[in-house]
Amino acid sequence: MNTLPTLLPEATSAGGYLLVLALVLPFVGVLAALTLGGRHARAVAMLALPLGLVLSLAIVVEAVRSGQTLVYLLGGWAPPLGIALRADGLSAVMLLTTAVILLAVACFAHADFAAPAAGGEARRPFMFWTLLLAMWGSLNTVFLAGDLFTLYVALELLGFAGVPLVCLEERPETLQAALRYLLFALIGSVLYMLGAVLLYGAYGTLDIARLATLVRPEPAAFAAAALMTVGLLAKTALFPLHLWLPPAHAGAPAAASAVLSALTVKGSFFLVIRLWLDVMPGIVTPAAGQLLAACGAAAIFVGNVVALRQKRLKLLIAYSTVAQIGYLFLMFPLAAGLSALQLPTAPAVTGGMLQAISHATAKAAMFMGAGLIYSTLGHDRIADLRGVGRQLPMTMLAFALGGVALIGLPPSGGFMAKWLLLAAALTTGQWWWVVVLVLGGLLTSFYVFIVLVRAMAAVDVPLTPKIVVPRHREAVVLALAGLSFLLGCVALLPLDVVQIGRPALLPAGLQ
Amino acid sequence: MSVAESTFYGLCAAALVGIGLYGLIVNPQPLRKILSFNLVGSGVFLIFGVVARRGAALGMGGDPVPQALVITGIVVAFSATALAVALVVRLHETTGAATLMPADAGEPPTP
Repeated sequence: MNTLPTLLPEATSAGGYLLVLALVLPFVGVLAALTLGGRHARAVAMLALPLGLVLSLAIVVEAVRSGQTLVYLLGGWAPPLGIALRADGLSAVMLLTTAVILLAVACFAHADFAAPAAGGEARRPFMFWTLLLAMWGSLNTVFLAGDLFTLYVALELLGFAGVPLVCLEERPETLQAALRYLLFALIGSVLYMLGAVLLYGAYGTLDIARLATLVRPEPAAFAAAALMTVGLLAKTALFPLHLWLPPAHAGAPAAASAVLSALTVKGSFFLVIRLWLDVMPGIVTPAAGQLLAACGAAAIFVGNVVALRQKRLKLLIAYSTVAQIGYLFLMFPLAAGLSALQLPTAPAVTGGMLQAISHATAKAAMFMGAGLIYSTLGHDRIADLRGVGRQLPMTMLAFALGGVALIGLPPSGGFMAKWLLLAAALTTGQWWWVVVLVLGGLLTSFYVFIVLVRAMAAVDVPLTPKIVVPRHREAVVLALAGLSFLLGCVALLPLDVVQIGRPALLPAGLQ
Repeated sequence: MSVAESTFYGLCAAALVGIGLYGLIVNPQPLRKILSFNLVGSGVFLIFGVVARRGAALGMGGDPVPQALVITGIVVAFSATALAVALVVRLHETTGAATLMPADAGEPPTP
């Protein structure tokens, strides 16, 4: 093993208070929505979300300006006695992505979840807006927390906010889907907590930065790593633990599906990154990295093939999420391979994060587009999509742009992500992941084209829409899809924000 | 607490986690799954206790950190159980049966 870096005593950095604000703002919103009731929950959310966007932009700017991790020590107590909030480049980028997507979803859902004009309480809008704020708060906690137990609480909150979003409709299938999701989420977080206890028992601290210097390759650490990883995979829905995801994401209302598919699964994925690259890079074996990516490869094939066989648009998009989650896990053996060659891990890590962000924006746009198609047609059967292209041109353009990002064609974020991963795979001689990346893109293109060809088919009689969708809702979907399409241009930025606060080389794993 | 004692409680905790996991995977009824989840949780909390006492070997009365954590853990597990039971009750009210098996083998319809 390499010599471990000595840990300097931390202090709250200049912009540290921003991190506290990013945690407090969503939960103040939840409390305000609870107090003011269903008639004002939407107004609270629409007020808090733009503020949150400004706040997350300020955090990114501050991280770029200082070029290092932002830290806030609660009460001025340094770990191990106190608790630290930390925002490195990874956290800052995810905070910004979350704020952007939630704001877009809120603009989209503005009409769907309005309080009834006749007065009185409305349960559905009240639940939706409160849960949206709660989801935002728990995601921010996941991105900012600096110790494993706060992360456990954040992980549970994420599940508690996500499960009711699935069953807002209260139909039997969605209730079953929500219950199955909850059971997976519970087993996932209890396994994670067991791992955290074992680490505390072995090393006497839960602080991530401190654990990273203490962890040794011994049974307790291996057991903890395995338990925590499996728990997080159950919540991220990596194959073969993906069974709960398609019914849950396809059954929720469109705006809720967008949040669940774009952001909620990324929360637990973010924790896997923290665990593998920050807490225990020194003890992760090459075989473990290959196993994780093999599950990812299986997810890509199974998810894509099952998506091809779906008859309904929302289920197709949900299975596509299963496949896209697989791509996220290809970064682990590549990062380990690069660091074994004493090369910077930046291509693999940045590629993985770009894939996460690109999928988040594209998938949110596609789920919301599917919602618009559903309200126009009254169904979402892929076989009967003829004529939608003429009725909803902006939505179908958005679907195409999102599809381009999922397939990974230039200049989309998906292209840049896959390019970085491909380059890392070739550098480290892991040619089998190149095959997976290329075949996965090909399979993805099949189902994107099937939907587009059906929707663009010429019709003799223009179809009469059940509901005429206002143009601004289509514009929101298109804007988000356009973002994912142009995300590849981040390669032109002079600075790799994701790498702020990260060591260029990981401590060497067990070779 | 001697080493043998902490090993004994540690093994009890492992057994609880094992029984709970078995029940969670094998039992088809949601209510039994929820109870099994609580068994796993109890096992984990017992390990918290063992860890706290092992930390006490330095001559102090006990390590307070795991005790603080276990209280948070219990609160979270309680809320999780309440949410799960509420879902089961609502499922029973809506369908007349509390089961995770779909009524017909077809694909679940989407809204």
